[in-house]
Amino acid sequence: MDQLAADKSKGMTVIVKTVVRFVIGIIVMFGAYIVAYGHITPGGGFAGGVILACGYIILTLAFGRELALSKLSDTGASILDNTGALVFASIALLGYIGGAFFMNFIDHGTLFHLFSAGIIPLCNVAIGIKVTASLFAIFIALSIFGRFISKIVEEEEEE
Amino acid sequence: MIPYWLLYFLTLVIFVLGLYCLVAKKNIIKKIIGVVITEYSINLFLVLIGYRKGGIAPILLKDISEQQMAEKGVDPLPQALVLTSIVIGLGVLALMVSMVLRLYEKYKTFDMSEINDLKG
Amino acid sequence: MDLYLLILLIFMIIGSIIAIETKKLLSSVISVGVVGFSLSIAFLMLKAPDIAITQIVVEILILVVLIRATISTDNTAIEKHWDTFSFVSSLIFFGLFLVFAFLAVHDLNHFGHPLLTVSKRYLAEGPKETHAANIVTSILLDYRGYDTLGEATVLFTSIVGAFVILRRRGRKKKSDQDMEKVGILQDEDIKKNFGEIEGDDDGSTGGR
Repeated sequence: MDQLAADKSKGMTVIVKTVVRFVIGIIVMFGAYIVAYGHITPGGGFAGGVILACGYIILTLAFGRELALSKLSDTGASILDNTGALVFASIALLGYIGGAFFMNFIDHGTLFHLFSAGIIPLCNVAIGIKVTASLFAIFIALSIFGRFISKIVEEEEEE
Repeated sequence: MIPYWLLYFLTLVIFVLGLYCLVAKKNIIKKIIGVVITEYSINLFLVLIGYRKGGIAPILLKDISEQQMAEKGVDPLPQALVLTSIVIGLGVLALMVSMVLRLYEKYKTFDMSEINDLKG
Repeated sequence: MDLYLLILLIFMIIGSIIAIETKKLLSSVISVGVVGFSLSIAFLMLKAPDIAITQIVVEILILVVLIRATISTDNTAIEKHWDTFSFVSSLIFFGLFLVFAFLAVHDLNHFGHPLLTVSKRYLAEGPKETHAANIVTSILLDYRGYDTLGEATVLFTSIVGAFVILRRRGRKKKSDQDMEKVGILQDEDIKKNFGEIEGDDDGSTGGR
């Protein structure tokens, strides 16, 4: 994997690669913080998921597509996406234990603690995983399609 | 100092500008930009309705009592709905751009008047 | 406070006029980005930090996707004919819309005094019932969880739809493949199968 990272022909220059190596840990940690503390500070599942997807996108831009796909393949992104959606739907169905659809049936705990407010942190995590995988996969699909489309346009102009 | 309806009216002016761009321009990318501007204006309008003068954000901190929140808190319900609306706008934009890329591959142009001639 | 919002709104109007009228596509995409970022500042002024965070990061992704659409193709939007009908009719109808909007905004609540018919209960009882300090998250996932389930479904469907459209197809020439599937016969096939047909030159029914 270090060969993919040090390949000079793909991605951007050395300065960008060094800075991205340093910054991406901070971005992923920040995104995970916004997802996990969504019920105490502003944020929540959607904003945190989009921040994590932006972290993957900057990895793709700086190092090229092969390295990003080796970290999280497109099949893996599709599996994560579906898992997040299924977990969210099953949490909603499990609310029947409490008596109604989508009922908050877990013990609520005390205010301002991390493990409080019932099903809300679990739902935030499920939504965060789903949004991250979706947006990363759509970015990879759009960038692969670009190579494909310009090849077809060239071939049809040659004929 | 400022009439109370002026902010709402300017937001609706942005809405009309986005709608004009969607209807009267021929380039497909301009139409997509019109949809994006229209969505921005509607989200702003919804949040503008729920504002309270001298209010605080609807997030409970340790030194704010619950009675203070009930008296000075900003309306949280439009904020929840606008959060939903922003993320849906992103998904719909991804779908529109993928359709535009397929259209470009087939017709080699972005101009809507040339794509409009249906062939067989 | 109202004055700052007014300046921001006028800035957004100027930004969107530039985005609509400019000829180069990349410049108009950047203007849309400027409108989005000033919208995030407006959300922060209106005491909504949740939405401000979401708007900034979603704005960055909107810019990435739009630049991907415009960067690999021709970059100008020069119109050949001046379409008077759509221009004049849109001016008339949108002018009418603005007149009615002007009459209608006088009936809304004054800016700064919201109605709060439902949210009184959410603000007063929210932290006590759900033990979540962020009232907006507790509305999204506890009081109105069904709407969030609907939103997750819409996001999922649009991403799956975009995948289906961008799927890679075969290497055969596209027009032959499509015509074979639908069953359109070419001219040589018609002449081979049905022979020469003498046709009337005028398509009129009835006698000569």
